[in-house]
Amino acid sequence: MESGQAHATTDTYLRIALILVMITLIEVGVFYVPTFQSALVPVLLVLSAVKFTLVVMFYMHLKFDNRFFAFLFGGPLLLALVVVVSLLLIFYGAVRLRTGT
Amino acid sequence: MGVDNRKMAFWAFIGSECLLFGSLIATYLVYKGRSLVGPYPHEILNIPFTSFSTFDLLMSSLAMVLALAAVQRGDMKQGKLWLLVTALLGLVFLGGQFWEFSHFAHEGLGLTTNIFGSTFYVLTGTHGAHVTVGVIWLLTLWIQALRGKLGPGNAMTVEITGLYWHFVDVVWIVIFTVVYLIQ
Repeated sequence: MESGQAHATTDTYLRIALILVMITLIEVGVFYVPTFQSALVPVLLVLSAVKFTLVVMFYMHLKFDNRFFAFLFGGPLLLALVVVVSLLLIFYGAVRLRTGT
Repeated sequence: MGVDNRKMAFWAFIGSECLLFGSLIATYLVYKGRSLVGPYPHEILNIPFTSFSTFDLLMSSLAMVLALAAVQRGDMKQGKLWLLVTALLGLVFLGGQFWEFSHFAHEGLGLTTNIFGSTFYVLTGTHGAHVTVGVIWLLTLWIQALRGKLGPGNAMTVEITGLYWHFVDVVWIVIFTVVYLIQ
């Protein structure tokens, strides 16, 4: 299939936009509420991942499009995540070794 | 496989962009909290203002899908309108980034002031450069549409432009969380 238009309607796009705005408001709300400070990072990362997925699946039509596109996007995205996590582990591991903590 | 060559190539390009931004985000995170002198992130980052920029970019993504839907059904009047709205929202975002960078420079944060300045400007500046390319691309399409050179037969061109624009949006979704909200 070349286009997701057959599956996604204007109504769907508007609903997704509403959800994206609501999640952004929740993110900003969570940032300012002291109660959530202990769980701030995981909560924000999950909310961000949900927004990311919604845009990719519905606005970029990956949900309805050829699976090969998902492979072309998902493969490098996974590699990028591995790079981010590996660099963090290497860097903070080196810092811990140096400081002995 | 029955897929459009241009679209396949563009998804591969977006995949390579994931690695570019992944590296920049990793660099920002690795050096996070390691500045020896100020200004520090919590002193200058303006969350309400950046939340508005995020809202603006999300709305531009909505405008982009509405433009594509209009072009696909042959409604070029709506197509032209939504393409212009998308480009204008992109310009608003860029204006906001220009104001933010000017404000930070005024507060004493330059590219070489500290490690936060270096990683922040490189990451958000690279994103801003992508938004600039997107705005130019959108305005080019809009001018083509005004001249009657863009119709339902060019829907794939608009779809590929949309892929680029939405990718710029998802990168900002990550930057907003990682840089601005998780301080």
